[in-house]
Amino acid sequence: MQTDFLNEARRQAEICNACRYCEGYCSVFPALHAERAFSDGDLTQLANLCHNCRGCYYACQYTAPHEFDLNLPQALANVRQESWEDLAFPRAAGKAFQKNGVMIAAAAVLGFALLFWLASILKPVSGEGFYAVLSHNAMVAIFLPAFLFPLLSIGISLRRYWHRVGAQPLEMVHLARAFRQAANMKNLKGGHGDGCNFEDEDRFTHARRAAHQAVMYGFLLCFASTSVATVMHYVLGMPAPYGIISAPKLLGLSGGLLLVLGCVEMIRLKLKSDRQLGANKAFGGEIAFIGLLGFVGLSGLVLYALGQTSMMPVLLALHLGSVLAFFVLTPFTKMAHGFYRIAALAVDASR
Amino acid sequence: MTRPENTPDIVVIGGGNAALCAAITAAEAGARVLILEGAPKTYRGGNSRHTRNFRCMHDGPLGPLVESYSEEEYLADLMKVTGGKTDEGLARLAIRTSEECLPWLEAHGVRFQPSLSGTLSLARTNAFFLGGGKSLVNAYYRTAEALGVQVEYEAKVTHLELNEDRIDFLDYTQGGKSHRLAPKSVVVASGGFQADVDWLARAWGPAAKNFLIRGTPYNRGVVLADLLEQGIEQVGDPTQCHAVAIDGRAPKFDGGIVTRLDCVPFSIVVNKDGQRFYDEGEDVWPKRYAIWGRLVAAQPDQVGYVIIDAKSLNLFMPSVFPPIKADTLEELAEMMGLPADALLQTISDFNAACGNPSDFHPTELDGVSTQGLTPPKTNWARAITEPPFYGYSLRTGVTFTYLGLKVDERAQCSIGNRPVSNLWAAGETMAGSILGQGYLAGFGMTIGTVFGRIAGREAAAHAN
Ligand SMILES: Cc1cc2nc3c(=O)[nH]c(=O)nc-3n(C[C@H](O)[C@H](O)[C@H](O)COP(=O)(O)OP(=O)(O)OC[C@H]3O[C@@H](n4cnc5c(N)ncnc54)[C@H](O)[C@@H]3O)c2cc1C
Ligand code: SF4
Ligand code: SF4
Repeated sequence: MQTDFLNEARRQAEICNACRYCEGYCSVFPALHAERAFSDGDLTQLANLCHNCRGCYYACQYTAPHEFDLNLPQALANVRQESWEDLAFPRAAGKAFQKNGVMIAAAAVLGFALLFWLASILKPVSGEGFYAVLSHNAMVAIFLPAFLFPLLSIGISLRRYWHRVGAQPLEMVHLARAFRQAANMKNLKGGHGDGCNFEDEDRFTHARRAAHQAVMYGFLLCFASTSVATVMHYVLGMPAPYGIISAPKLLGLSGGLLLVLGCVEMIRLKLKSDRQLGANKAFGGEIAFIGLLGFVGLSGLVLYALGQTSMMPVLLALHLGSVLAFFVLTPFTKMAHGFYRIAALAVDASR
Repeated sequence: MTRPENTPDIVVIGGGNAALCAAITAAEAGARVLILEGAPKTYRGGNSRHTRNFRCMHDGPLGPLVESYSEEEYLADLMKVTGGKTDEGLARLAIRTSEECLPWLEAHGVRFQPSLSGTLSLARTNAFFLGGGKSLVNAYYRTAEALGVQVEYEAKVTHLELNEDRIDFLDYTQGGKSHRLAPKSVVVASGGFQADVDWLARAWGPAAKNFLIRGTPYNRGVVLADLLEQGIEQVGDPTQCHAVAIDGRAPKFDGGIVTRLDCVPFSIVVNKDGQRFYDEGEDVWPKRYAIWGRLVAAQPDQVGYVIIDAKSLNLFMPSVFPPIKADTLEELAEMMGLPADALLQTISDFNAACGNPSDFHPTELDGVSTQGLTPPKTNWARAITEPPFYGYSLRTGVTFTYLGLKVDERAQCSIGNRPVSNLWAAGETMAGSILGQGYLAGFGMTIGTVFGRIAGREAAAHAN
């Protein structure tokens, strides 16, 4: 990892440790106060506990032009960003995709193209609905590895993370606590429950937490929709297409809507926020990734709306292509932060 | 004088806690208020942005405060630190009103720490701001602006024109241009004069040039001097100020809280000749913290040097600058620029006077003291023997000065024995009316909040 980012974060953490005014904003400060010296692993853990709410920046009496030049949200964002790059498996993919919106877009385009191509050569002789375009077996053949590979990759990264921060073996209670905190995004409320300082300097708002919740729960609903459909297909012998009053459709529709709205709001907030308080070089990549995620949701909704028309094959390829790109990219994009966040919260709970 | 349309009813001079409390209160009473803050926006809030807590009387649990803290106990604490040099009437007013201030702070956007970790245990007497004083200041600016208060930054007030017993107009400069306003009421909340080192040197002597200023460089006492020259009633002694011993490597201005050093009780402190000069173990640190500012100020070149050994390093709050570290005391002396022979002699005398350290207890007065040594170390006296050895330099850090404007219980200023009809003062600039000497942690914000609100209320009543 770049030692200058680590050293800068270390310098700032030592100042915060002598100050302690921000104790109470988030989990970072109590964890920070437990140390007197900060190893690279400690800083990686602190960085992944921080969710860039910026509360500490606006409360700080030492921000530039003061010579102490504190900007803890940015210092931690840089370390965090680098840590994801560094812990990614394979590492080269991490380096390439982490900060690069162009790469993300390229991957998505490749995904679409692949789908089109496969659809044209593997066009099934029979099949209903979507399967008339791409056979069920072809879909599974593409998506199963695209789903399993990211899981494997993230599993390896999390092991590396565990090792780097020097954490104890995982215990269920700590993991449970981490999931509880993530589920209601406790930290995004700020220590006082007024929210965070993302959109308008020192004003506290709940907008980012709300947007974040919409994205997370929207995504989980979509995921649930696919999972239920899979179970219905294989276990219950009820293949698609499903009617509107079916579990996959209800979950997918509500999830898709939440996901799209959440992503739009996320991008709006990100554009309004002060870029100097985040990892500057990741800005474009993050916007591109949120865009991709939003597009997954949107193309799914459009596909649903226009699924009976002649546009369907094109829309299907676009949707499946973006889903494919999303899955494959998961370990190397902003999406990975969710896994690291849970890991950091679990490590924190174990201390 | 005719009043142009956009002239505010009230001008508040300053942009810290006292000013904001006054502006908010006046705006809530319906007045049109303008804040003239001398600092740029990034440095707005004066010393208030460096603060941490607010001392508050309370009858039972209140907000983040536990148990109770009565008027009599609060006053007794104040009497102790000031040696009785206080105006009891005003002190009681500040103390009594502090209780209703806490909910007022919360209602105007200030948030408190739920409870406190770390070394200070003030959970009963002091409410700690979540995020510290800058977050308090931010919350107040948001509240004030929502109430229609106008704020001008980098607006330095240079002169108030006194005519008989009223202020006719005030002058300020901004962006190289001079402006003149004729408000109906004026509230002065522009702090002390500690950032004017020449003024400090006039009061203290040349030694003051070596002092560090813990807070804002913008409190230069310009308005205070201007008013005192015109005969506005003064209070306090120019040599009285709140000063503590801080890390000698701190910036000249604005180092704030992080430059404090909590290691003195576990150390010996010598001057630049390698000689000890005071009992380092007199009391637990927060109580004795303040006296070391004066002790160091009285030493040659206004410096002191703290020496500890490895067994004490983790007993105090982490320091912002790492200590100087050496494997031998000779080496440490050289690195710190101290005469090695004298320092070694001082340490061996000290070590020889240390008795049995088995009762050593870092968080309470443990009575582990030296025998037959002058000056003695009356608590936490343990021989300095275990390498590596660590050292810090100490300098005097001035928090704020006490010479100021004398006010009455309505925060009004006076000339001779009559009030100035449209002039009020709040905060540090009148704190000497209550604090004759010494300091009680969290009382600065109490004075600013209580008198800021009174000044705002009175100024608005006069203007409306
Ligand atoms: C490091 C530090 C820590 C402290 N901690 C605490 C604490 O925890 N609790 C506590 O109660 N007290 C604390 N104090 C003391 C406390 O800061 C003061 O008592 C309090 O802030 C005074 O508030 P004020 O509004 O009177 O002055 P300030 O907050 O200093 O505001 C004065 C304002 O006047 C402006 N100004 C000055 N001259 C002019 C001019 N000519 N024209 C226009 N504007 C001008 C300045 O820019 C500034 O905004 C601390 C002080 C320091 C330095
Ligand atoms: S961010 Fe600033 S105010 Fe907050 S703890 Fe760190 S140094 Fe103190
Ligand atoms: S930006 Fe927010 S989450 Fe990160 S350290 Fe600061 S207060 Fe904590």
